[in-house]
This record gives sequence, structure tokens and C-alpha cells, in this order.
Amino acid sequence: MLQKVIRSAVIDAPVERVWAVLCDFNSHDDWHSVVQKSRIEAGRDSAEVGCVRAFTLQDGSFIREQLLALDDSNYRFTYCIVEATVPLERYVSTVTLKPVTDGNRTFWHWESNFGTPPGRERELANLVATGVYEAGFASLRRHLEQGADRRIKGHSPMPMALPLPSQRIEIEAYGGHDVMRVRSAEVPAPGPGQVRIRQRFIGVNYFDIYLRRGSIPDLLPLPGTPGMEAAGSVIDIGEGVSGLMPSDRVAYMGPLPGAYASTRCVPQDWVIRLPAHIEDQVAAALLLKGITADYLLHDLAHIRPGQRWLVHAAAGGVGLILGSWASRLGARVIGTVSSPEKARLARDHGCDHVIVTGEYRFADEAKSVWSGGADVIVDGLGDAAFEENFAALAPCGHWISLGQASGAPRAVSSELLVSKSASFSRPVAFAYVATRQKLAERADRLWAAVADGSVKLPPIEPHSLAAASRAHERLESRQTTGALVLTV
Amino acid sequence: MIRVYVSSVIAASADSVWARIRDFNGLPQWHPLIADSRIENQQPADRVGCVRAFHTRDGGRIREKLLALSDYDFTCTYEILESPMGVANYVATLKLTPVTDGDACFAEWSAEFDCEEGRERELSDLIGQGVFQSGFEALKRYFARR
Repeated sequence: MLQKVIRSAVIDAPVERVWAVLCDFNSHDDWHSVVQKSRIEAGRDSAEVGCVRAFTLQDGSFIREQLLALDDSNYRFTYCIVEATVPLERYVSTVTLKPVTDGNRTFWHWESNFGTPPGRERELANLVATGVYEAGFASLRRHLEQGADRRIKGHSPMPMALPLPSQRIEIEAYGGHDVMRVRSAEVPAPGPGQVRIRQRFIGVNYFDIYLRRGSIPDLLPLPGTPGMEAAGSVIDIGEGVSGLMPSDRVAYMGPLPGAYASTRCVPQDWVIRLPAHIEDQVAAALLLKGITADYLLHDLAHIRPGQRWLVHAAAGGVGLILGSWASRLGARVIGTVSSPEKARLARDHGCDHVIVTGEYRFADEAKSVWSGGADVIVDGLGDAAFEENFAALAPCGHWISLGQASGAPRAVSSELLVSKSASFSRPVAFAYVATRQKLAERADRLWAAVADGSVKLPPIEPHSLAAASRAHERLESRQTTGALVLTV
Repeated sequence: MIRVYVSSVIAASADSVWARIRDFNGLPQWHPLIADSRIENQQPADRVGCVRAFHTRDGGRIREKLLALSDYDFTCTYEILESPMGVANYVATLKLTPVTDGDACFAEWSAEFDCEEGRERELSDLIGQGVFQSGFEALKRYFARR
């Protein structure tokens, strides 16, 4: 009786990269740990359907297998055993790869049908499933991690040192959301210390809106491209770059705008490799916002159980991440939002109490919940909420001004602060990730918090790159919840 | 013919994800864009040939006919009979495959259809990202919570 063995795995690399290794019927002695030496018989090419590979395994077994079908467009091949010292009879096996489109990864399906001598069914099924297929998954992962697929084929570190066409958003005059235009451009090969990235998702932040309006013209001279973060895969690397390889899944955030583009070169110091459990879209949605939450919690406010946090825009990207993370760390959180629907979401992400207000009125209600006021205020509102924020602040409280949705905040006088023995901070995220090591530490802490549920993922609203102005329009008019990303 | 293909990895067994999505009348229970659903002519929801009539949250009315359902290989194929999207000859398949290396499954959702010239990109985005991917996102969120 024939039996069937199926094993499948997800490989953390794009399907094209995995297929580039597997499609070569004679490559298995390069990457599979149990295959010792393989050759194609009769001087044929390993891509010729009908060719036979003859190889030995670590345990001395000898096997000849024939390629029965090879399908590049569907990433699939089928082969059978024609002769083997292992008693696998009528063994036919198919390898199929499929792209995981929402993470730029690969699903690998490996199955076979075969007969065995009576009584040896389980032993041989186990040999195939564990000794060949599962060991193959582990071998290939190691092979890719070490970049061996690049070296063996004699690739130079810069396989495509040519300019590449790219689409990007350009602003020629500061103004409303409709000043953003799609333009074609060329992205040159990465310079020393740079990485060229094929971007798949771009994080949209309120900061991008300040740039577009012209609030910080020094940072975005015209014509200019906004955007501070994105995720995708490495196309190629410049001289002196270490620890990153072409096809690595990566994300970056950096202090210079330019992320609203399909391809971009950025300094290696901005870039982190993504762990398998963080998809590109999640990385683009979370990196800058989550790292903001991280330094607010751990560096600025020194979070402790029982600490009282007042978080504005609690249903926005930073607000939702901060709410769930702060409450997991034992803080009590009041959020302000602009609609009942947002209130439900904020509550679902850790807020103990939510104030729905359209007119920046919240101090009285906050103080009716906590008579002393808030120990920490995270304020993206700016000028229109100035008095309310100060009124809501507890003695010795810490007022952290993150943004200025309603206008630039006026100067905070030391007389005002001394009246409550209060502190005021005006942080910039990029100062907290000034070195590669700092960025990696914070990103690791963020991904770990996502993995253990401390950070509950916010809803992610995707727009195409060409529809960036629509994304801004929605973010500015407070119609959105969670994080916005642009898809390329 | 336009083809849309979206795939994802969901952190739960194919059995448990299938249990959540198998019901041809169950979209409102798991897909965030669907407001309500009923099966026409009192047919059971797993009878091949039955028709589901449902509304999207923005009020669109869609009728779809079940063409194939397999509990053996976790697939469901259906066609659109009536919708406001402006697609013709629309046939879609939702399929799960177990990932044996870890407790997860590989989910694929694909569709083929014809449409008016010039609308290909817009409809591919709407169907691929707006409908299929947002369904996967909802499933990922649901199974991450448990």
C-alpha cells in the first residue's frame, strides 16, 4: 500500500530567493545537510526534465532520482526514485513553493507517495518526513541565513549596481494634502554604508503632515519627499555594510524624510532586520510609533505600577500601542478620543477610562477619576489644549509634548512649571535611536512586546502610495483609528 | 482575465481556522466588512449550489453561489452572481493548507474576473487588499487573541 508524507514550513525569505536555490535539481548537496555529493548523470543540465541526479547521503545510502516535471512559473518540481539502497518503492515527490504575499515570505510544501516493505512503513515514513524533509527545512534556513546562496553562485556584494526606477511622492509647494504628486525617479546604487531597499509598506505619521504643511522647512526643502519609515527587502548593499544581505527583510526609521517611495537608499544605521513573526506591514505600521511608546515608557516616564497616564489621541497609532503596553506594565490609563467608536477601541487596547471630547475639554473629567490628576500626560494636541493639559497634571507630574495637531504649543514658562513642581519634555524619537545598537535594542523590545501580547496590534489602514494624499486627508480629519500605511 | 492572489500565514491549525470560515453563511461572524448574510431558498449553507445574499458595511448588496466546498482539502470556491463592483465572470477560491512545522496554516485567497478596461488596478486593490487581506488580518487578530 502506498503511503503519503506531507511536510510544510514557512521560510523567512522571498519566494524568488528560495526558488533560486531549489530549482536547481543538483543543488541539494550545497544546502541539504544529509546529502553528501550529487551529480547529474550523462552530462545533462540540471534543468532538463528527465535528467537523473545520483547522490550519496551521510549514512552511506546511494540514491538516483529523476526529474519528472519542473515548473518555474508555479515554483514546483516533481521527481521520482529510480534506484536506491533505501527500500522506498514507487517514490514520487513534489516540492511546491508559494509566496506569502502579506509578509514577503515563502510557504514550502513537500509531499510524496511511496511504498515500503511490510512492517517498515512507520520507520521509512519517519525517515522521509524527519530525516529528509524537516532536516531540509532547517538546512535551507541555515543556508540562507549564512548567505551561502549568494556566495556559491559567485554573486558580487552588489549584483545590481545600476540605478533603478522608482515611484515617489513629491511636494513642490507646501500646503494641503493635495500638494502631493507621484513622480518617477531613479534611485542610484547604494553608496558606502548605504542599503538600497525595495519598499513594500511605508509608515504614515502625523509628523509627515507637519512636513507637508511646511512647519519644518529646513527638514523638507522643496521639492521634497516626506516619510520617515518603511519596511521591505534589501536589493543591494554599499561598500562597508555588514550584517545585511540582499533579500533580507528589513525596516528602517531615520531622521531625514524621503520614505514615500517604492525604492530608497538609506544609511545602514537606520536599518534593522525583521524577525520572522513581524510582517512587513506590521513593521511599517509599528516601528516609529512603537519606539516612541518605548522611550516614553522606559526613558522619559520611568513607568511603574499605579502610575496615572493621560494619553491624547488614544485611538491613534501611538495611542493604542501606548495604552496596551502601559496598562500591561501596571499603569492606569485615561485616553481622550473624538468619537464613541474610537472610545471602544481605546478601551479594548488598555484604557481604563476614555473621555470623548471634540473640543479639548478633559481636565475636569480626568480629575473626577483621579482626584490628583495625571502623573504623565502624552500630548499630541498642542496649543488648543494648553490650559486643559496643565490643569489635568498632578503635582510633580510630567507633561510630554509629542505633537501639535492644533497648532504649535506656546512656550512653557518656568513659573508655570514651578507652581506644580512639574517637568515638561519635548522629545524627538530619532534622538532615542541615535546609534545602531540603541535602535536594535528598542526594536527588539518592541517585537518582544508584540510577541507576548503586551503590545496589542492596532488596526492598520492601508492606502496605495499613489493615494498618499487620501491617507493624509483621513489622518488630518481624525477619521482614522490605529496606524496608516502606504503600500507599494 | 484579471487574477488576484493574496496569501498569509495564520497562527492556528488549519482545522480551527477552517471551523471559523467554513460556513458559507458565516462571513459576518469573521469578516469585518460584512454586515449580514443569509442563504436563499432555505438551503443549507454547505449545499453546493446554494446562494448567499449579504450586505457589506457600506451598504453594497452581493449574491454569491457556492461552486465547491471541500472539508478534505479546506477549500471553498464561489462565484459572484450580483454585486455593485462591476466585475464579470468572477470566481474566487479560499484555501487553507496546514503548516506542519509549527501550529499554523497557510491561507490563500484568489480570484479571477473580467472588468471594464482601466479599472483593473482599482478592482485588484479593492478585492486583494480591501476584501481578502482585510479578512486575513481579522483572522490573524482573532487567532492571536486566543
